[in-house]
Amino acid sequence: MQPFIAHTGLAVIIDSANIDTDQIIPKQFLSKVTRDGFGIHLFHDWRYLDDAGDQPNPDFSLNKPRYKGASVLVSQENFGCGSSREHAPWALADFGFKAIIAPSFADIFYGNSINNGLLPVKLTAAEVDQLIAEIEAQPGAEVNVDLQALTVTSPSGAVFSFQIAGSARHNLLNGLDAIGLTLAQSEAITTYEASLPAWRV
Amino acid sequence: MAKTLYEKVWDDHIVVATEGEAPIIYVDRHLVHEVTSPQAFSGLQVAGRKMRAPEKTFATMDHNTSTTSASLDALSIMARTQVQTLERNCKEFGVRLYDIHHKNQGIVHVIGPELGITLPGTVIVCGDSHTATHGAFGALAFGIGTSEVEHVMATQTLRQLKAKTMKIEVRGHAADGITAKDIVLAIIGKIGMDGGTGYVVEFCGAAIESLTMEGRMTVCNMAIEMGAKAGMIAPDATTAEYLKGREFSPKGDNWDQAVAAWEELKTDTDAVFDATVTLEAANIAPQLTWGTNPGQVVAIDQLVPNPIDASNPTVRSSIEKALAYVDLSAGTLMTDVDINKVFIGSCTNSRIEDLRAAAVHAKGRQVAQGVTAIVVPGSGLVKEQAEAEGLDKIFLDAGFEWRLPGCSMCLAMNDDKLEAGDRCASTSNRNFEGRQGRGSRTHLVSPAMAAAAAIAGHFVDIRKPY
Repeated sequence: MQPFIAHTGLAVIIDSANIDTDQIIPKQFLSKVTRDGFGIHLFHDWRYLDDAGDQPNPDFSLNKPRYKGASVLVSQENFGCGSSREHAPWALADFGFKAIIAPSFADIFYGNSINNGLLPVKLTAAEVDQLIAEIEAQPGAEVNVDLQALTVTSPSGAVFSFQIAGSARHNLLNGLDAIGLTLAQSEAITTYEASLPAWRV
Repeated sequence: MAKTLYEKVWDDHIVVATEGEAPIIYVDRHLVHEVTSPQAFSGLQVAGRKMRAPEKTFATMDHNTSTTSASLDALSIMARTQVQTLERNCKEFGVRLYDIHHKNQGIVHVIGPELGITLPGTVIVCGDSHTATHGAFGALAFGIGTSEVEHVMATQTLRQLKAKTMKIEVRGHAADGITAKDIVLAIIGKIGMDGGTGYVVEFCGAAIESLTMEGRMTVCNMAIEMGAKAGMIAPDATTAEYLKGREFSPKGDNWDQAVAAWEELKTDTDAVFDATVTLEAANIAPQLTWGTNPGQVVAIDQLVPNPIDASNPTVRSSIEKALAYVDLSAGTLMTDVDINKVFIGSCTNSRIEDLRAAAVHAKGRQVAQGVTAIVVPGSGLVKEQAEAEGLDKIFLDAGFEWRLPGCSMCLAMNDDKLEAGDRCASTSNRNFEGRQGRGSRTHLVSPAMAAAAAIAGHFVDIRKPY
């Protein structure tokens, strides 16, 4: 996994609550057996007017010229709810997003994002609303997300602090492979297994 | 120290807890299906890693399999590749697989319990959010992403942070005809689709205790639809009775030891929850969703809500957006809403009891003109049992289609999908925009409500003659 230390990029807004993973990556795109190439299908049903994905919906924010190249997504509460499909963070990362900012996230999506080096940032609802207002007012507005300092800097220079579990932050900053770390604990796992009651083996 | 049920199971599974790191917890059973596993298997292959405990891993095909033909030829090329990839991976890593030709094949959350793979006091994971279902047995069961699937395959553990605890008590007894589905929809309506985020929920109270295992599974299945990490119900005599003699349930002395251990699996009387929610079962009427998330739910005798009554601008805009998508006007009586499709199935409601409840309404009647209704049993064993009871004949005589087991129209990855503009009474778990087909509208209901809607052509209050 690539380390995430800090990122500054163009920010795009999807100003809706409860964006579910069926919207982020609809089921018709889950039949692949690889992790790549999901970005083109990101938000398919909102992003395209047709099923084939040939006609972009001009009203959808990701299609607006001012947001082309966006790498920070700002949205509303309960982002990523629903299915556990990791295809959702794969699609967001493949599209080019490095960080998602919202007042809250669904648990499974939050963990999946961290496991893919895509940083989910929780700010307060008021801070998200301020960020959205600033981004809307200023085409080309960039947002800085700093995982070392645990801050988000808005286009006007306002600085918001955020929190993330220390273990998740450490793994992201260092791009650590969680499996490799756990395999180093194999002996403890073997000891635990030896203690299992027969009915649980 | 007094502990909740969740805290007991959690503490029992800690392998390593290091200050400043997420604890490593042990996984007793890992369930695998074709859609969220291929990238995990290939991750192991690329890294040259082995699977730590293939004998604790159980695989099936359910998400994109056909419900009209048990043949690979019935699948799209990509779906066929995914199914064949699972076959190849299970063979290479030594994982038990229930493929589309096996009598035990079915929806992963239906077959786990019916084969006795799901046991109280265990940790069960699967790359599927509805893994919460298995909490009905007092297991700690939750959905994980593919990176975590790979982590479990390699280490038989997960790194997890402990969740907060929530008690949801449903007091008293529900009226006749009120099912587990109505209870859980009423709970989600009360706390909202993210009311459980960050929590493991324990469902309790007389109305929960009196449910069958099938009903308890329906309740826990939808714990994820309130955002909860997992839902749990303390195991009791009903749980043990259900599990006794099943294929993978403990046998002999192991069974006695297991039952003795399960008796300890209840929340201590003086344990403290981080949050508590209480409902009175007697107040619960048949429920159905009107909008585009499971929290947008009303009772059958209520009206579609008006956005001007919303508590804040975000809620108001969600209601407005949902009304526009589902093409309903505020103030509409739900019994006036016509449907043209009915889906009875999914990991929420495809077990034998669900099919029996639906058959009561189908028996001797006819599906309304212009309505297409399908019944998709949850597994090969459920299908066999239903056919032994003659339920298939009741459905077929009434004009329902009787299909092969699988996830089917719950997520519409196979051919079972709605067309734009369709309106479906569905016993599944999610009514998100486009979930069952782009531009289609889903109303979540119990099996009885779905079957009654199929007969009437619109939603009906099943408590009254229709």
